[in-house]
Amino acid sequence: MATDIKIVESPEGYEGSGFFATSFDKVVGLARSHSLWPLPFATSCCGIEFMSTMASRYDLARFGSERPSFSPRQADMLLVAGTIAKKMGPVLKQVYLQMAEPRWVIAIGACASSGGIFDTYSVLQGIDRVIPVDVYVPGCPPRPEQILEGIMQLRELTHNESLRRRNGDEYQALLASYHIQ
Amino acid sequence: MINNQSIAEEIVRKFGDDVFDFEEPFGMLTFSTTREQIIPMLDCLNKHSEYKISFLTDITGVHYPDNSGQEFCVVYHVHSFIHNFRARIKVFLAEADLHIPTASELYASANWMERETFDFFGIIFDGHPNLKRILNMDEMDYYPMRKQYPLEDATREDKIDALFGR
Amino acid sequence: METLIAPQNKGNLTKDEKIQYVNELTTLNLGPTHPATHGIFQNVLTMDGENIIAAEQTVGYIHRAFEKIAERRPFYQITTLTDRMNYCSSPINNMGWHMTVEKLLGVEIPKRAQYIRVIMMELARIADHIVCNGILGVDTGAFTGFLYIYEQREVIYEIYEQMCGARLTTNMGRVGGMERDLSKESIQKINQFLKTFPPVLREFEKLFNRNRIFMDRTIDVGGISAERAMNYGFTGPNLRAAGVDYDVRVMSPYSSYEDFEFDIPIGQNGDTYDRYMVRNEEMWQSLRIIEQALKNLPEGPYYADAPQYYLPPKQEVYRSMEALIYHFKIVMGEIDAPVGEVYHTVEGGNGELGFYLISDGGRSPYRLHFRRPCFIYYQAYPEMCVGSTISDAILTMSSLNVIAGELDA
Repeated sequence: MATDIKIVESPEGYEGSGFFATSFDKVVGLARSHSLWPLPFATSCCGIEFMSTMASRYDLARFGSERPSFSPRQADMLLVAGTIAKKMGPVLKQVYLQMAEPRWVIAIGACASSGGIFDTYSVLQGIDRVIPVDVYVPGCPPRPEQILEGIMQLRELTHNESLRRRNGDEYQALLASYHIQ
Repeated sequence: MINNQSIAEEIVRKFGDDVFDFEEPFGMLTFSTTREQIIPMLDCLNKHSEYKISFLTDITGVHYPDNSGQEFCVVYHVHSFIHNFRARIKVFLAEADLHIPTASELYASANWMERETFDFFGIIFDGHPNLKRILNMDEMDYYPMRKQYPLEDATREDKIDALFGR
Repeated sequence: METLIAPQNKGNLTKDEKIQYVNELTTLNLGPTHPATHGIFQNVLTMDGENIIAAEQTVGYIHRAFEKIAERRPFYQITTLTDRMNYCSSPINNMGWHMTVEKLLGVEIPKRAQYIRVIMMELARIADHIVCNGILGVDTGAFTGFLYIYEQREVIYEIYEQMCGARLTTNMGRVGGMERDLSKESIQKINQFLKTFPPVLREFEKLFNRNRIFMDRTIDVGGISAERAMNYGFTGPNLRAAGVDYDVRVMSPYSSYEDFEFDIPIGQNGDTYDRYMVRNEEMWQSLRIIEQALKNLPEGPYYADAPQYYLPPKQEVYRSMEALIYHFKIVMGEIDAPVGEVYHTVEGGNGELGFYLISDGGRSPYRLHFRRPCFIYYQAYPEMCVGSTISDAILTMSSLNVIAGELDA
C-alpha cells in the first residue's frame, strides 16, 4: 500500500470529532486552485507548446486541469497562447465574456503579452488591450516548464483569492475600464 | 527541346511585339507582357501540346513607386511538371489604371492569390468572382504593402518612439 | 401550418416550397476558435440537417504581415519570421530561406553542411506528420495514438536543442551553412531516435491503419481528383494522395537530396485515408533518408568559406583584424547583396514552399513573397466538403493539415 502519497495540506481551523470548522474562503480557494479547467485559446506557435504541456511528458492534468474544455461556460481559466491579430480581438473578447465568474486569464507567450516580435499594423499589441489578464508568461515560445510555472502562479492567486473580490469595487472598476459589464 | 531558348523563340513567334524584356535570372526564363495578352499567354502555355505548362505556382505583386507609369507589377510563376520547366511572367501596370483580367477561370488556385494581391496592393482583377480583402480586416481603407505606408500601427500607445529613445 | 419537406421530395419543388426549403437550412459557424486546436480560420457552413450545402471561408485571423516586416529586416533576421510560418516543421522553412539567399549571393555550401541540413529537414518533416496524423486520430475520437506518438516529438525537440538551442521556433542554421557542427551527443541522440521511433510508429499504425472505425470514417471522405487538385495548386502530401508524384526534392533537388535513395508514396483517390497513409509512409521514407545521411556524413567544414556573409568564429574575431571587420560589417549591415530576383522552393511539410526574393542591393529585401502551400490549397476545401456531412467535413479539414501560421503569414 502506498504510504508516500502527497495529500494537500488542510487549512487552519478548529476540529473535533466529526467536524472541521474553517473559513469558507480557504476551503473554496483550496478546491478551486486544485481543479482549474483550462480553455485553450491557441492561435499559433505557442499553441503547439501548449499541446506539449498537455501531452504525456509535461502532463498538465496532474495539476487538476484534466479536462481542457472548449466551451467557455465550463472553463475556469482562459489560456491565450499565440498572436492575437486585430481581426481576432473581438472574437477573443466574446469568448471572455461568455465565461462564467470566477474566471482567470493567462497570456502565454510574448505575442499575447505585448505583441511580441510583430510590431505591425495588423497585430494587437498584447491581449490586455481587450481583456484583463492575471498572469503573463513570457517566451517565444515559452518552454512547457514556464507555462507550468505560469499556471502555478495562477494557483497561488486562486488559492488566496477572497470570495468577495468579484463583487467588489476594484474589480468592477477594472471591468469597466475594458467596457465589460 | 524544352529549354529557355526554344520556348522564348516560340513565344515571340506567337505573340510578337507583345512580349519583351526577356531575361534569365538564376536560370529561370523571365519575360514581360501586356495585360491584354496575359490570359491568352497563360492559356497558350497551358494548352500547348508539347510544353504542358499547366501549373500556376504563384501570383504576386510588386510596387515600384519610382517607375512612373509602371508602378505596379503583377508576377506570375508557372511550372510544367512533365518537363520540370519554370517560367516567370510579369505585367507592369500604371497606378492610374490598375486593372488586369483575372486568371481564376483558367486556374482555380488564382482565386485567393489574386485576392491577396488586391488586399496588399489594390490591383483590381477584372472578372474575379469575389474580389474582397482576404487577410486584412474588411474595414481597412488602405493597401498596406505599398511602399508609402509604415509597418507599425500609428495608433499604438505603448511602443512610441519616445520610450525607445528614438 | 408549415410542414417540413421530406427528403425524397426535394427534387421537384414549387417556388414557395423552395423558399420554405431555404428557410429550413441552418447556418453553422465553424470557427475561428474551434476545438482540436487546428489554428484559427473560419468556415461558415450552410447545412440541410447534417449535409453541407455550401461553405464560405474567412482567413486572416492571424495575419502578422510577414512580407512587410521582411522589407525592414536584414537577411539573417528574416529567419525568425520563416520559423513562424509552418511552426510544426520550422527547420524546413529556415533552410529554405537560407538556400534562397545563398542562391542570390552565389555561395557554395560544403557537403557536410548540406547533409546536416537534410537530417534536420527530415526530422522536421517527421515532426510535422506526427502532429497531423496524431490530431487526425484525436478528431476521430482516438486520443491514445496522439499521446503515444507525441512523445517522439519531444525526442526530436531534444535533437533540435542540441543543434540550435530552441525547441519549436528553431532559427536553425545560417546563410552559408550551419552555426555549429553536429556534436557527438546529437549523433548519439539521432541514432537513438532511429532505433526507438520505428516501434512507436508501428504501434501507432496498428492502432489506425486497419482499424475498422477509422477506415469507415476516412475512406471516400473529402476526396479530390488529380486534375482538380492540380488546378487548385495542390502540392505536397495532399497532391500525392490524389495520385500525382510531384515532390520538389526529386524534381529540383537541393542540398544534396540527389545523393539519397527514397521512394515517393502516392495514393489513388485523394481522400482522407489516402492522405493519412501518404503521410505515414513519408515518415518511413524520412527515416530512410536520415539513416543514409548519418551513415555517409562526409568530413569537412560545416560552413562555407564566405567571410563576407558568414559570421567568423568568435575566437578569430577577438584575435584577427579581418575577422573583426567582417563581423562588424555583417552585423551592422554594411554588406551589400547583389541586385536580382530569385525564386527558390523546398519541399515543406505541406508542399512546395517557395521564396520569391527581389533584392535591390541593400541589406534588406526589396520584396519578399512566400509561396505558402496551405494558403493555396485551402481554397479547395468547399469543393471537398460540400455534399458530405459535418463529421466528414471536420476530418477533411484535419487531414489537409492546414496550419494557421502558414495560411496567413
